[in-house]
Amino acid sequence: MQPAQAAPMYADSSSEAAPIERAKWPISDLIFQVCALLAILLALSVIIALLFDIFSDGFHRLSWDFLTSFPSRFAAKAGIYSALVGSFCLMLLTIVFSLPLGVGAAIYLEEYAPKNRWTALLELNLANLAGVPSIIYGILALQIFVRWLDFDRSLLSGALALTLLILPVIIIASREAIRTVPRTLREASLALGATQWQTIWTQVLPVALPGIMTGCILAFSRAIGETAPLITIGALTYVAFLPDGLFSSFTALPIQAYNWVSRPQEAFHANAAAAMVVLLIILLSMNAFAILLRVKYQKRTR
Amino acid sequence: MSAEPAFQIKTDMNTSFRAADNAEPTAAVEPKIKVENLNFFYGNHQALYNISLNLLPQRVTALIGPSGCGKSTFLRTLNRMNDIIPGVRLNGEIRIDGNDIYAPNTDVVTLRKEVGMVFQKSNPFPKTIFENIAFGPRVYGLKDRTKLEEIVEKSLVRADLWKEVKDRLHTSALDLSGGQQQRLCIARALAVDPEILLMDEPASALDPRSTAKIEDLIGELRSHYTIVIVTHNMQQAARVSDYTAFFYEGSLVEFGDTREIFTKPRERQTEDYITGRFG
Repeated sequence: MQPAQAAPMYADSSSEAAPIERAKWPISDLIFQVCALLAILLALSVIIALLFDIFSDGFHRLSWDFLTSFPSRFAAKAGIYSALVGSFCLMLLTIVFSLPLGVGAAIYLEEYAPKNRWTALLELNLANLAGVPSIIYGILALQIFVRWLDFDRSLLSGALALTLLILPVIIIASREAIRTVPRTLREASLALGATQWQTIWTQVLPVALPGIMTGCILAFSRAIGETAPLITIGALTYVAFLPDGLFSSFTALPIQAYNWVSRPQEAFHANAAAAMVVLLIILLSMNAFAILLRVKYQKRTR
Repeated sequence: MSAEPAFQIKTDMNTSFRAADNAEPTAAVEPKIKVENLNFFYGNHQALYNISLNLLPQRVTALIGPSGCGKSTFLRTLNRMNDIIPGVRLNGEIRIDGNDIYAPNTDVVTLRKEVGMVFQKSNPFPKTIFENIAFGPRVYGLKDRTKLEEIVEKSLVRADLWKEVKDRLHTSALDLSGGQQQRLCIARALAVDPEILLMDEPASALDPRSTAKIEDLIGELRSHYTIVIVTHNMQQAARVSDYTAFFYEGSLVEFGDTREIFTKPRERQTEDYITGRFG
């Protein structure tokens, strides 16, 4: 293919073609456009103001020492080491609990459950559960995990509380992903004599996986920023040690920030802002990873 | 409505387009598939009325009829693909090699191994060509790599695709052209060594050249398999099939030798449909 030869052909025809005049819209349309633009600018400016505020307050506190120091009663010496590790462990446990449960439930609902009134009711409640305020899950977790099961104010209780919180979101996202797998693929597999489980495991799940992962990562990034349920179950706010097991007490990034903000000294407020910056960076990179996954795999599925 | 099986075996080789080339007296041959008084329902809607017909081994039977006449439904009762639709019911009997395939002790997995299916829209798995074909044998527990390679080659050769893809077995099947994808699906169905091949309008989404290839392929496969093909294309039915069954509104109107059906149909409806007066 020689672009040099092909080009004049197209150039000729385009030079003859008259430019298309933009269609004229009525004035009401223009007003609406401006309103819509203002709405998005307002939303964006709030976010930008927030980011600017946090960064200007906290950026000067960010350092390697800040990341690797335990909290201290001297603001300048305090760091987020225990909170960072706590958040990380919490996330890991939450993923371990919620992923198999959530994806399993989604597979059941999409592939096995009969379509009747019970499953319709189940689906309705699932949607409702996704909208329940997180503090309610905290209270539920306090009663069940901390008191009845006697897990105490541990990492395990915290992770289970977050699992409860994001389970509905994971189930809904996974179902969406599983539903987009073309029926023809299932038919092809079943027609070859594969059992339903073989079909799900070898054909449906691999195709649905990027979608499932995208939804799950977004759910996890919601969980990592959650404070209310952790406070309810009694996560500590001043932890000068790393968690050493499932039943260890713990703190997490949002808790640490919450603690610092409630102190009277200005210097601790800067610490809180810096902790928020770290949390935001983790959050944004998780979301970016989710988007990357989606873009990468979108091409391959039909 | 006449639902009597209009089936009669002709020993005269001139009456068949294809039966002519291996002209054994077919009357002695035991039917591969025997369908008796089959009624089929989607919920309360009855889709098939009292279908009875016998299909012979190593013959191609075409199912024709206007859209919604039940021919695809009928095809899918033969490998129980309708089972995955909720709320379907059926009565009557379908026997393959004498075994009632709707008997409670029938293993659907084994049945579908015996009865392969090719769909209207080619549906390769989003995996490599090799993996597509190896999937079936793997499902039945074959792990030996050399054996799998053997099966993949044999199936692709049989589906007349080997020459085109032998150098790129490990590239994505989705990169193949539409016609190639459909032949891949045929190869995939052949890989589990079925005895019956069901084809649901296998060429309706293909261009004429690819269609011709599929039709040639059906001609070649005929000597090894019992083939049942649903088609909307009258010429195709006439070209590829030994027997033709005409369905209308859920009933089997006429079934018989393809040449008979196309030259002197017994029923008025058949004639009207074939000559394009309706449908």
